[in-house]
Amino acid sequence: MAENLKCSICDKEATVHLTQIVNNKIHKVDLCESCAQKKGVTDPEGFSLADMLSKAPLAPTPGEAQEVCPNCGQGTADFRRTGRLGCSECFEVFQSLVLPVLEDMHAGTTHKGKVPTVALSRQSSKMQLKDLQDALSQAVVEEAYEDAAKYRDQIKAIKAAEELEVSPK
Amino acid sequence: MIESLINDDRAELVQAAKRAAPVVLSTRIRLARNLVGAPFPERADVLQRRDVLTRCTDQLSALPQMSKGTFLDIADLTALEKQVLVERHLISRELCDGEEGTGVYINKGQTCSVMINEEDHLRIQFLKTGFNLKSVWKQIDAFDSELEKTIDVAFSPDFGYLTACPTNLGTGLRASVMMHLPGLVISGQMERVIRAVGQLGITVRGLFGEGSDASGHIFQISNQQTLGESEAEILERLANVLKTIIDHELNARCKYLEENRAKMLDQIGRASGVLKNTHVISSDEALNLLSFIRLAVDFGMLPESSRADVDRLVIECQPGHVQYAAHEGIEPDARDIARANKLREEFATLPALAFDKLEESE
Repeated sequence: MAENLKCSICDKEATVHLTQIVNNKIHKVDLCESCAQKKGVTDPEGFSLADMLSKAPLAPTPGEAQEVCPNCGQGTADFRRTGRLGCSECFEVFQSLVLPVLEDMHAGTTHKGKVPTVALSRQSSKMQLKDLQDALSQAVVEEAYEDAAKYRDQIKAIKAAEELEVSPK
Repeated sequence: MIESLINDDRAELVQAAKRAAPVVLSTRIRLARNLVGAPFPERADVLQRRDVLTRCTDQLSALPQMSKGTFLDIADLTALEKQVLVERHLISRELCDGEEGTGVYINKGQTCSVMINEEDHLRIQFLKTGFNLKSVWKQIDAFDSELEKTIDVAFSPDFGYLTACPTNLGTGLRASVMMHLPGLVISGQMERVIRAVGQLGITVRGLFGEGSDASGHIFQISNQQTLGESEAEILERLANVLKTIIDHELNARCKYLEENRAKMLDQIGRASGVLKNTHVISSDEALNLLSFIRLAVDFGMLPESSRADVDRLVIECQPGHVQYAAHEGIEPDARDIARANKLREEFATLPALAFDKLEESE
């Protein structure tokens, strides 16, 4: 996406990029400065998400570092253009870009609601398992058999705990 | 494809036996959820979308809430079938335009629908007639917890549930209540209400999202913000705003009746007269007349049971439903005739309006 976006109305270079939600549907508009003025996107009377977003720094900052998400390939410019993220990993990569947008958008910037405890503990034990398996292979290569036995026991324990959770009560 | 869904007379929003409440037609809550690691639908290619679709439908079909449910692949539906599902609020317009690898899972009573690969991997929705934020939340919360046992949902401690658009971060929760507000519309107060609740982070839209001049005096009112408050806080704040709107609506009705009694009774009487005798009617006109019949029930001029009939007809008079019932592609003109025939038939048995009941209640 190297080319500059054109204004949806007059084909000049667009500098105002709006994302508006109408009927749960996202509408994206790119406008040049003068068309944005004419369209009254900054009209204080009309309450809309577009208004809130227009205050957020969605427009690209010159010289801004261009990050790319290693998982899905979304880049900084993609986020600036669409206002959306590409995958769950994007939130790490673009954290510093997402945070200022949230301030104008929500009641707060930190989650205070439900936590998927079951899914999270499953995910963390999966990661733990992977780490232990890596350590085990390493220990075997290094012929550190005492360590290897310790890792093997830990792996067994985690797997046993998982079995218990999955099997019906 | 969707015939059994449409002909199911126990579907939540169109069943006849259900008692319906004044002012509030229905309550809906949706949760946005995504899978860890998989690219979000807009970024994903066909194979990735298909993979997510398979993984989700496998898990969904195993849930007890979805036993005897129906899965529909969007690619298999005709444009008309999609429209009918939109009119029933079971899928969104955005899902209709979905590329390959999008679908929806609908449960037996049509109280729950899960859209797959819409803007997010999963859009879970529960709905119920009447003003039921708490019980709908309880159901959707349980469903979501059940799903989480087998699906790795994307979540971060700071941002909460991770969603494609930052507007849905945190709880991913959007609660939407459908309200019948003829009093506020007729007395010209609706614009003010929309502006006032807007400052509280609450959005007002028409029946199908068309803005403030909604036909049938029906509005969807929902929370805009999803992050920074717990689910309970969001729902309580919305409930408080809704209760205030209900009070204002009832006051507006009383005041209008006091000041414009003859005009009000005339409008209700004419609505009944037209609905009993119409031969050609547009969906907008039908909705506006149905609104006055619902009002007549609230005033005690018609039996309570008529209210659910009105709510059903609001959906069945939509263009997609009329066309679907006609079993063939019909032109808009013929559609207006088919709609009129249906309404005439339905209202032939409507009891006479008890105008004297209104006198008593004052």
